[in-house]
Order: sequence, then structure tokens, then C-alpha cells
Amino acid sequence: MKKRHIIGLGIIGVAIIIIMSMIGDASTYESFATARDLKMTGNEKSIHVVGQLKKSISGTVEGIEVNQDKTSFYFMMVDNDGTEQKVFYNEPVPADFARAEQVVVIGSYANSDLFVADKILMKCPSKYQETEVSNASM
Amino acid sequence: MINTFAGNLGHFAVILAFVSAIVAAYSYYQYTIAPELEKANWKRFSRAVFYIHSVASVTIAISLFEIIYNHRFEYFYAYSHSSKALPVHYMISSFWEGQEGAFILWIFWNVVLGLILIHTNKFWEGPVMIVFALVQAFLVSMILGVVIGDLKIGSSPFILLRDAMSAPIFQINPDFVPEDGTGLNPLLQNIWMVIHPPTLFLGYASTLVPFAFLMGGLATKKYSEWVRPALPWAIFSAMILGMGIIMGAYWAYVTLNFGGYWNWDPVENAVYVPWLIMIAAIHTMITFKKSSTALKSSIVLVIASFILVLYATFLVRSGVLGDSSVHSFTDLGLSGQLLIYMLFFLGVAVFLAAKNWKYIPTSEKEASVYSREFWIFIGAITLSLMAFQVILPTSIPVWNAIVESFGGISNMAPPADQVGFYTKFQLWFAVALALLTAVGQFFWWNKIDGKTLREALVMPYIISVVLSAIIIIAGKVFDISYIIVVLAATFTIVANATILTKLVKKTTFKLAGGSLAHIGLGLILIGVMFSSGYSEIISYNMSGLTYSNSWEDEMNKEHVLLWINKPTQIKEYTAIYRGRQKKVQGVPGYVNVNLLKSTDNINEAIALDDITARGRTHYKKGETVTLILEENDYFQIDYFKDDVYQFSLNPMSQFNSSMGLISSPDSRRFVNRDLYTFVSAINDYEDPEWREDEFFEVSPGETFYIADFVTTFEGGEVLTSLDGIDLKEGDVAVKAKLVVMDYDQEKRLEPIFIIRGNQVGRIPSIDNELGVKVELENILPESNTFSFKVNRYQKDYVVLKAIVKPQINILWIGTIIMLIGFTVAIYRRYDEFSKMRDKGLE
Repeated sequence: MKKRHIIGLGIIGVAIIIIMSMIGDASTYESFATARDLKMTGNEKSIHVVGQLKKSISGTVEGIEVNQDKTSFYFMMVDNDGTEQKVFYNEPVPADFARAEQVVVIGSYANSDLFVADKILMKCPSKYQETEVSNASM
Repeated sequence: MINTFAGNLGHFAVILAFVSAIVAAYSYYQYTIAPELEKANWKRFSRAVFYIHSVASVTIAISLFEIIYNHRFEYFYAYSHSSKALPVHYMISSFWEGQEGAFILWIFWNVVLGLILIHTNKFWEGPVMIVFALVQAFLVSMILGVVIGDLKIGSSPFILLRDAMSAPIFQINPDFVPEDGTGLNPLLQNIWMVIHPPTLFLGYASTLVPFAFLMGGLATKKYSEWVRPALPWAIFSAMILGMGIIMGAYWAYVTLNFGGYWNWDPVENAVYVPWLIMIAAIHTMITFKKSSTALKSSIVLVIASFILVLYATFLVRSGVLGDSSVHSFTDLGLSGQLLIYMLFFLGVAVFLAAKNWKYIPTSEKEASVYSREFWIFIGAITLSLMAFQVILPTSIPVWNAIVESFGGISNMAPPADQVGFYTKFQLWFAVALALLTAVGQFFWWNKIDGKTLREALVMPYIISVVLSAIIIIAGKVFDISYIIVVLAATFTIVANATILTKLVKKTTFKLAGGSLAHIGLGLILIGVMFSSGYSEIISYNMSGLTYSNSWEDEMNKEHVLLWINKPTQIKEYTAIYRGRQKKVQGVPGYVNVNLLKSTDNINEAIALDDITARGRTHYKKGETVTLILEENDYFQIDYFKDDVYQFSLNPMSQFNSSMGLISSPDSRRFVNRDLYTFVSAINDYEDPEWREDEFFEVSPGETFYIADFVTTFEGGEVLTSLDGIDLKEGDVAVKAKLVVMDYDQEKRLEPIFIIRGNQVGRIPSIDNELGVKVELENILPESNTFSFKVNRYQKDYVVLKAIVKPQINILWIGTIIMLIGFTVAIYRRYDEFSKMRDKGLE
């Protein structure tokens, strides 16, 4: 066997390890229902859930409970299937949290009632989508 | 009044630049294939066209900057990217905040590089400039802003606001010009963001140069001659890209609050990957110059680095990343165009390479294990695998998009723990690289066999083991994988330093580029290992609060709540939050907000008291002061150790109407570590929710409690004059003097009570820091008591996160040494090229 074959096999081997590890470590987008099923079957992997904050009829966000020392909080989230879920986040409330149009929580169920987010991604109203120019300055 | 001149000029320049780029490509093509006699004419013509293109491109940039600089908010670009409050250097950032501006920057750098190439090359001018002109045509088309039917080509930065938005105001008054723009993203209001994007785009632009030489070489059948002129540019490109990456990392470190300098965000990965490939390409090109091997790998790598830059642009700017990146750009409808741009050059490159593949010289003989070619080749492979490992997961959103475009469903998401995921591979690859660079350098400068190699490596090996032992013990590195990192890193540092001293003694410094860059790599590894591997969050909550939830106790609270004036223990420090401050023009340091009252004008406030700093009075009471970005708040936190004052940090936050709370860290720099702190939550200052009324009846001299504060009522005082109110004959004004103690701070609250005829007026005294509002409700002369109405909110506070990052300075020093190494190498390779050129050989 020539050296170039050994090198070639080495490259293929490492590439396969890289691909397998990516597939193994890649997270998935789930709904709360499927995420809970995963937890029940003993799968502890962090997953992504996309949804919105729970809003009252008048449009205000409800269900945010900030812990006394302000370093963590709970909130209510509704996923794209409409499932409501209480979520815990071990970080202070992001300042524009209540204005988020869409939230992605990355984490897993701690028990069957509570989802613990390790990370939250928010999509806030972007200024590109702003269609109204303020008239105040006229 | 709407100014259309700047926009029309800009738009005209865009069209001129586009047309001239195409004409230049055509005429350079004619020049390249023309017979010797006609060449001079075509050359003159082609150059003239490229000069026109250059002037047009510069005009585009000037027009856009004119619009921003003169606050022409009738233009969408100025309206959405700048505001009147911005100082000039941030207007420069506004310029490239939008995608169109970024493309203009890219176009500009290509013009500069093109002009340099025209004047430093003889033979290569024609073929290289064809590629340049074609790339320019594609880039300019991104800002063309032409609509043909349903087809939109490019997004013009010169469109008017009224054409970009359909606000009702424009139907009433088409000439409406907003008073102010929506401002620059506060994260970009940083000096590093003024210089980071131009550096990065110069890096992007410069990957084109080796690619253009390669394409020229393939097309003109000079299969190996392209390497010499391309090599200094490839090193230049790697240096600038590297510099851009480091500046970006440093910017993230000083501006963003994710707690570090590198987050494996797709946007960061998108630059890191082409950089790795460019480094691999440099190494194979150098090997080829020395020994005529690895030409084919060089060709593949040069093509890959250029295409990967385009792919990176596509990833970041097409919106395909969606919510997987914190800072991806919104789609401007350019994704299709970017894709065509990328696929066009990929197609051309693959076609030219494939067509000529069998003519490309290769070396038949197998490289020996004891040859430098072999080890450098292994190094290039390692770099490529590193790049592959990063680009693959970064592209997950692209795979999803591809699967979905074929009607499938793919719910793959990027790894939840990005940092851990990438680090576990990249760290070991980097260790392999460090070892390869150590061994490889010895082969490089000495043609040796196994025995001599072992002899040459024994000394560096022993020294580095001893050094590692010292580092491991002194730095308390007891993790086995980190011990290996330290060993590999010190080994490459020592081995390369040995080579470096030999080279400098024997020959010139000119040859030292490689050793220097590799020493830099070793230092970077050690710096990263310590600052990331041993970074320690010290702001654990020690308030002793218990929670109702038992499992929650197990979670580490990584933030600490600091009430104003209340000493709080943070590891070995006692931290005291001392209040909110602003930056004032002409005053060193910061000024407490209690001394300032903002006016209706932007960035303007009135001094409520004399503003003194360092023993000098800068402003007198009542004077108007200029704030430096009034949205920015700086929170003063004093640090004590054993009751001795150590230092103050002022982490910044900005409450931005479009982005919410933006928080920037402030770090205390020590030689061997940084204390990195940022605020993660702040009080609501704008709109406090006062709690229900509490009433107190107190006699002068008496002490009582407002919330937890010991409050002394010193007594009343009849006023003869009052700020802001004319006291008339018969009016009675009484001021109650309250002294509130909050830890070591004494606060005076003085509510005022006015009687005019039958009417009573009350001026409450509010202290936002204490969260207390006191009104003098009534005076009861019969019992000599004063009645106060008190409303409470909450004391001012910040939630802080503090992280210690050991040895981060080694990382920065390593990057600087690496950049110096690149610079030396560029000088050497350019020198080689210019000597050959001047001999008329190229």
C-alpha cells in the first residue's frame, strides 16, 4: 500500500467521524409534545422549540415570573402547535423579551411539567420591517 | 426639501461602474488574445476603461457617504442606518452597516487591488484583470437596483425613503423628510467596528488575487508560473483575513456580552473557514516553489478559498441562517444573485481546472516521510479537515433549505452547545497542527534523515517539557487534555524559536516569517486554553436566599444582584454599585446622572450642579453640557479588597428602542488575567410603578423608617424664593428637610409645600436611586408635626455577571506575533516576485 492510500484512507476516516459526530450532536426542532415524549423515553438531548410568548386577549404578555434575586425567571410559551408550556431560564430577563415576536428555546424537560431553557433566541421586530415613519417630527 | 442630486449621481455612478466593468472584462480579453502589435492599443484602452470604473466606484462611495454625512434622511439608507446624534466616526460605521454599503466597500477594495496589480505586473495584467472586471460586474450588480418586470437586480442604496416605505404621510406630503434617522445599531457604535469591516472586506477582496492569477495561469497554460506572483498575495490575504478575525474577536470581547471573544457563531465561522483554507493553500504553494510537488492541491485550495468567501457571504447575507445566528442579515432579495455569482465562478474554475488537469505537472515520486513536503502536506490536510468540520454544521440551515425545496421535511438544528461541539474537534486539530509545525520547520531548513531529526529535536523537546511542567504547575493545569495542549504549544514555540535564532544568526530576518507565525500559533493555543478552559464565573449568587423549588437550588446562579450602595461579596472582592452615569464631552471619566437633567435636544443636558473631575470644574451649575451618546448608561461599580478600594468598572448599557437592552462589558486588565463584567439586567428608570401611599406624621428632630432607610426629619424651613416658581406677596412656601441614610450614603430629600390663598401646592422630592418619592402632605402647627406621603418603588440595582479570564494577554500577544510573521513572509515573497519580474521573466 502506498503512502498516499494510507493518507487517503485517513482523510476518509476523519471525515466520516466528523460527519457522524455532526449528525449525533445536531439538535432538532421539536414541538413541546414531541420534546416531552423524548424526555419520557429517556433522551436528555437539548432540542429547539419554536413558538411565541403567551399573550392575553389584549395582547400583553402574561406568565412571566421573575425570581426574587432577579437572576432567573419563568415564562409561558406557546409552541407552533398551540401547546402551552411553562419554561424556566436561568438568566435575567432579556430586556426586550416581552416584545419578541418569536422565541426559540433550546433545552429540555426537567420533569414532565417544566421545560428548562439553556439558551433563548429571540426575533424582535426588525427595523427593516418597520413600515411606519413617525409623524411626530413634522 | 428633498435633495435628489446625491442619489442620482450615486445611481448614475453605479450604472457606469457596472457597464465599465463589463467593457473592461471584454477589452482585457481582447488585449490578452491580441497579436503583439495590437496589444499596446488594447492595453491603453482597457486601462482607461478600468480607470473609469475606478472613478465611478469611488463616486458611489462618496455619494453614499455624502447622504449619511449631511443627514439626508429623505434617503432610506441614511434614515435606517444613521441619526443626527452620531459622531463622524460612527457615520463611517453607518456606511457599512447595511448590506449595500458593505458591497460598496468590497467593490472599493477590489478597485484598489486591481489598480495595484495593473501597476505591479507586466505579463499578468491581462488575464488577471479579466477576472477582476468580471467579479466587479457581479458585485456592482448587487447594488444596481434595476427592476425588469418581476425581476429585481440588486438593491440600490440610493432609493428615497418614500419609494422604500409606504407610509401614509407620503400621500399627504411627498416631500416629507423625517427629522431624524433611526440610528446606528448600538453594538456597532464601537471604534473596532469602524476598522473591523474594512479589514475584513479587504481580506475578502484579497482572496480574489491568487484566484485571478490561478485562472489566468490555467487559461494561458502557464500552469505553474502563476504561483510566484500569487504567493505574496495569498499570504497578504491570509494576514488580512486573520487580522479581520482577530479584530472581530476583540470587538466581541469588548462590546458584546456573550462572555468571550469567540462563540462559533455562523458569522464567525464563515470567515474562519476561508482563512484556514487560505493558510493551507499558502503552505502547498510554498512547497511547490521548493520542490515542484503539491501543485494540484494548491490549485484546489486556492479555488476553494475564493469560493468559500462567496459561500460565506451567501450564508450570512441571504437570510438562510434565519434564527440560527445572532447577527445574520435580513434578506434583501439578493440570495439568488449571490448564488449565481458563486456558482458562476465555481463553474468557471472547475471547468478550467478540469480541462487542464492532465497537463498540470505532477511529481511522480512519492514524498518520503522524512521530507518537508510530506509533513506540510499533512498539515494542509489537517487545515482542510478543520475547515470541513466547521463548515458542515454551519451549513445545516442550507441543508434544511435544500431538502425543503425538494418538498422534504428536515428539522435538523445546529448543535445546542456550539462552543463545546466545535471545540472538541478544533482543539485536537490545533494540537496536531502545533506538533506538525514544530517538526515541519526542522525539515524545512535542514534536509535530514530520521537520525539527525531526532538529534535536532531532542533539545527543543527537553526544553519544552521543562517549560510545560512549569506552566502546568504554576497555572494549575491538571486536566489531561489541557496538559497535552500545553505540551504541544510549548513544543512548537521552542522548536520554532530554535529555528528562528539560527536563521537570524546565519541569514536574514527576511526568512523568519514562518517561524514567527508558528510561535504565534503556539501562544494563541496557550492563551485560548487558559482564557477559555479556565475562565471562571465569580458572580455566583451568595445572597443566601432559599427557593421554594428544590431542583432550582442545584442550578448555579451565574449572576449577582447588586443593590445600590450595598456592599456585596463577589469572590475575593466586595463590590458596591454606585449609580448610573453618562459620558460628557470635555469631562474625563463619567458623570453621575443625578447631576444632569436632559433637555429636549439630542445629546444635551443641563448641569444641576458643578461638574468637577480630577480637581477641575468643567461645567458650572446651570450650564448646558453635551453628552456623548445620551442613550448610553455607564454603571459605576467599585471593587474593594479587605476594605481597601481597588478599582472601579463602568459596564455600559444602552436602552435602544429598536433593539432593547444592549449591554457592553467593562474589564479590569491585569497582566495575567482579565476581570470581565457586564450588566445583564437593570432597573426600569423611565416608568416606575409607584406602590400605594404610606403616611408618616413626624416632628422635627424625629427619626423614622422609609422602607429600610433610617430617615431623620431635621425640620422645616420657610422659603423666600423658589426655583421655577414666582412667589407672590402672601404666598407661603415651606421646605421639609429629610436626611435618608442608605449604607454609607446620606441623601437629602426636600419636598416643598406651598400655600397661595386657598390653594395648596406640593412639589414632591423623588430619589430614583432609593426608589422613594416623598410629598409634604400637610403641616399641623397645633401638634408641631409634618405629615408626609411616601411612595416607594424599588432601590436602584444592576444584575451583574463577572468572569475571570486568565492569561488572555498571551492570546493577544500570540495573534500579534502571528501577524508580524505574515508580514515578514509577504515582504520576502513579494521581493522574490519583483526580482523575477524585473528580469523580464514574468
